[in-house]
Amino acid sequence: MSGEPDYAARLRRRHRSEMRFRFYGLLSIALAGVILVVLIGSIVLKGYSAFWQTHVRLDFAISAEQVDIDNLRETNWGGLVKATLRDMAPGVTGRRDKRKLYQFVSPNAGYDLRDAIAADPGLLGTEFSLWVKASDDIDMLTKGHLDRTLPESDRRVSDLELGWYDRFVGEGRIELRFNLDFFTTADSREPEEAGIQGALMGSFLTLLVTLALSFPVGVMAAVYLEEFAPKNRWTDIIEANINNLAAVPSIVFGLLGLAVVISLFGVPRSAPLAGGIVLALMTLPTIIIASRAALKAVPPSIREAATGLGASPHQVVMHHVLPLAMPGILTGTIIGLAQALGESAPLLMIGMVAFIVDTPTGFTDPATVLPVQIYIWADSPERAFVEKTSAAIMVLLAFLACMNATAVWLRRKFERRW
Amino acid sequence: MVTNGQQDENPAHAAARVKMQAKKVAVFYGEAQALHDVDLDIREHTVTALIGPSGCGKSTFLRCLNRMNDVIDICRVEGRIMLDGEDINTPSLDTVHLRARVGMVFQKPNPFPKTIYDNVAYGPRIHGMTSGKSELDEVVETSLERAGLWKEVRDRLDEPGTGLSGGQQQRLCIARSIAVNPEVILMDEPCSALDPIATARIEELIDELRTNFTIVIVTHSMQQAARVSQRTGFFHLGELVEVGNTDQIFTNPDDQRTQDYITGRFG
Amino acid sequence: MHSLILAATVLLLALFGYALGRSRSRNLAVASGQPLHSLPTYYGGYVAIWCGLPAVLVMAVWLGAEGAIVRALTVQSLPAALVSDDPDRMALLLTDIRNLAAGSIVSRDVDPALQAAADHYQSLRQTGFASMVVVVLACAMAGLVWARRRVVPGLRARNHVERIILWVLVACSTIAILTTIGIVLSLIFETLRFFEKVPLHEFLFGLHWSPQTAIRSDQVGASGAFGAIPLFAGTLLITLIAMLVAGPIGLMSAIYMAEYAGSRLRSTAKPILEVLAGIPTVVYGFFAALTVAPFVRQSGGSIGLDVASESALAAGVVMGIMIIPFVSSLSDDVINAVPQSLRDASYGLGATQSETIRQVILPAALPGIVGAFMLAISRAIGETMIVVMAAGLAANLTANPLEAVTTVTVQIVTLLVGDQEFDSAKTLAAFALGLMLFVVTLGLNLLALSVVRKYRERYD
Repeated sequence: MSGEPDYAARLRRRHRSEMRFRFYGLLSIALAGVILVVLIGSIVLKGYSAFWQTHVRLDFAISAEQVDIDNLRETNWGGLVKATLRDMAPGVTGRRDKRKLYQFVSPNAGYDLRDAIAADPGLLGTEFSLWVKASDDIDMLTKGHLDRTLPESDRRVSDLELGWYDRFVGEGRIELRFNLDFFTTADSREPEEAGIQGALMGSFLTLLVTLALSFPVGVMAAVYLEEFAPKNRWTDIIEANINNLAAVPSIVFGLLGLAVVISLFGVPRSAPLAGGIVLALMTLPTIIIASRAALKAVPPSIREAATGLGASPHQVVMHHVLPLAMPGILTGTIIGLAQALGESAPLLMIGMVAFIVDTPTGFTDPATVLPVQIYIWADSPERAFVEKTSAAIMVLLAFLACMNATAVWLRRKFERRW
Repeated sequence: MVTNGQQDENPAHAAARVKMQAKKVAVFYGEAQALHDVDLDIREHTVTALIGPSGCGKSTFLRCLNRMNDVIDICRVEGRIMLDGEDINTPSLDTVHLRARVGMVFQKPNPFPKTIYDNVAYGPRIHGMTSGKSELDEVVETSLERAGLWKEVRDRLDEPGTGLSGGQQQRLCIARSIAVNPEVILMDEPCSALDPIATARIEELIDELRTNFTIVIVTHSMQQAARVSQRTGFFHLGELVEVGNTDQIFTNPDDQRTQDYITGRFG
Repeated sequence: MHSLILAATVLLLALFGYALGRSRSRNLAVASGQPLHSLPTYYGGYVAIWCGLPAVLVMAVWLGAEGAIVRALTVQSLPAALVSDDPDRMALLLTDIRNLAAGSIVSRDVDPALQAAADHYQSLRQTGFASMVVVVLACAMAGLVWARRRVVPGLRARNHVERIILWVLVACSTIAILTTIGIVLSLIFETLRFFEKVPLHEFLFGLHWSPQTAIRSDQVGASGAFGAIPLFAGTLLITLIAMLVAGPIGLMSAIYMAEYAGSRLRSTAKPILEVLAGIPTVVYGFFAALTVAPFVRQSGGSIGLDVASESALAAGVVMGIMIIPFVSSLSDDVINAVPQSLRDASYGLGATQSETIRQVILPAALPGIVGAFMLAISRAIGETMIVVMAAGLAANLTANPLEAVTTVTVQIVTLLVGDQEFDSAKTLAAFALGLMLFVVTLGLNLLALSVVRKYRERYD
């Protein structure tokens, strides 16, 4: 049959189809890789600039009479900043133009001035300059996100502001500086003032609650099911339940949180406590399943050896099985917590989506978490929030990468083949 | 040119044409060498049995004959194996084509989870050997007939092949490989998973198939080798110790190791 | 915060009890010359458990019940003028009292009666907390003293401790069940209240969804419309698009990884998929809304198509990307479960690899792959953040992927985010939708798991 031309042609065709099929497979994997690169790349490109912030140098000459040094709150710091701005751009009349001028810097510039004076009262009566944050539009202009070639009516910065901007650049008054405040302030309506500290703290407190609840409960449940539970209907039900719980949409847990944790138990809305409880319930199946797998991997010979020496079943588990399974359990816990850290949908349900300016300090303070902060910023119309959102995503991904790397490291280090 | 009869002393076998020829075949799994310099002639229309203790490399050698070892990543084959004078290990050779010429039956019956009909029709279909439904029906019927299974399954061709008994499944697998009309059939301990009655049935079948095909069978049972084969090769520790006519190997082996093995001193 | 301090105190007491029990058992054993039944640590544990466990349980029950009791007492003390039968108004009033007591701004004028109620509430809370501290600490002390006195060398401390630990373990393992029961009950309870206001058939078969109930009853659209068909259709459309993306890509990459890839490629491709799986959905949502949707809109525009800025296509494609790793890892497992002997048989007949895959492996793995796809669909149906950020809010009944549609999850979020009274049909509708979501995903999961389990049994 080998000699028939038919057969040879068919064989060629079959090999071509083989190559095609292989190519599709490779293409799929390549596609997944490209998507990942585009996803991460687009976020980094959009977000890296948020770690820098445009600052404007203002020159002050404030006399001691203008400031009540014992009562700094009473001084109109905003007015002082405005006066300096007026000096810098002489000839601005008209209320509207003045307002534009004032909006050149962040509305919080006055507080920066106050802090500077409070730190060094000796500045009073001298001439000194201070770098304050520019407003978000000027920041976007510096970073090249605003198109100057558009007609004036279509862009956020008017010709007048552009004129000031170019003059200030010429005078060396405009500078991009590292934006440490992004990590040390909480949310704000002003993009240039908004930071992730509040959300980070909220995430930390929430995860602490999640860990404190889900880890002991999950491990104990796994120990019971794997080591002590009799094989009967009841344990079958529990087991099926855990598997199904792992696949329940996260938003349903949010509804549970709203109806039970908040309405029934009266846990305060928006609190890390409520969020932590909900996330703990979500994480529980992950931890139980991982812990059971780790316990199962401990060979029966160890149990038999310990039992043979007269240890009670509890002692066998506590002294031998659990310590040996601990790396696996910790790996599962970290992975579960990483999932919880990235979770946002159920937290929207229990009010952690509120706009919160203060960094939470306790488990019942109103708070938000990093992923929800990302959601809130992504919904904000200001162009400057796009880069803030992307930067916050980068921080979130960095945390997740660290947690997962720790889990992988743990697994590698303690992986044992029996 | 070949006479029937099991325990024949007919010298015609010695004169049969050489179908496949192994020259200095060595096989490595990673660093470990599994086979050392095997030289073996496989003669046309003859049953060649490969015997030896487990782990001696006889299955490894068998899998070289249609390059089934290609499936295993770390496996490397050296030396030359000729099929009708053509080296099967040349890179230009198409394994697909080779395996259509050199078929294989495995240790455990492994019918596809398809109907009996589709199991047998699988090979002819992928190779495009038939040009119509009626022709395919015919191929399926003759293959099943030659495998001695037709009478048992003709009323249930559309039932799953996995529903048959073990012996029937193995005969189905044989039918499946002869449907492609190969020149050589390799059998890797085809009866090891079967009961004695099913084994006897397969052994009979092997003897019948010899008229049309060249057969190489790996077996762990010396009795089976004696019953079905005309020539026997004895493998030990990755070496082909001895090869010769079956009756000579079993009655008067040249090598002491062969002697020890067939008398049951080890194995 | 104060409760935390109390809990820490109880914990310290328990630790103290542990030390006490341990040393006492040792001393008694030495003094009496009698051997201890168990190791000294078990006597320590015995005292610690009796000291800590009842106290913590009392505290938990107290904290759970306190809110409701204080609320009831406050309502009782209210002057008749403030009390009304409408539960909504009472809820609002209580919120105000609570806020007033906490010193926050309230939504109404503060009259003396309200201020008095707030003061009363505040004092109740303080008395409540004080009495809780007393009761909990008394419990702990009593347990400590009682258990310490019971410590004698003959006490079978290990058996006691182990039995209690076992019960704690059992309790932990039932939390999963309690969670499910909690989900089911809370969803059903609120859903039943919803169906008191909106008839079931209108919800299930109605074609019009506009839940915006007006505040005053004389406004336009006062009643709202709760026909959920457009939501189901939108969810299905986006899920379909997602599966069209994730199905082929996920399955083909699984096939390539399982059948073709060498260890080198596998060790790069696996992490790629794992990273895709580990990215939070809110990030995918951002990607969908800010990168993919504008791209789809522009490319549609450049070939003369009118694409909505929140098109189902963008949300569906990104959701598909999110599900790729899910499909591929499940399919990978399934394909690897197909026995090697079937591959050998096919290769032995001269089949190429792709013929083997398409005609032997995939048919053999079909039930498992179907199960994997069902799990993926259930995942897509329940996914929230991507659609909240990238799909629309308006309920369009359309099959056009270029238009904006809304989904069940989007509506749940929009109905519940923001402040509204807990009793309106609008809020309750979210629970009805949640119940639908729960039932559908649970059904899909159970079905998928049983299909996969049957499939595995076949090749085990």
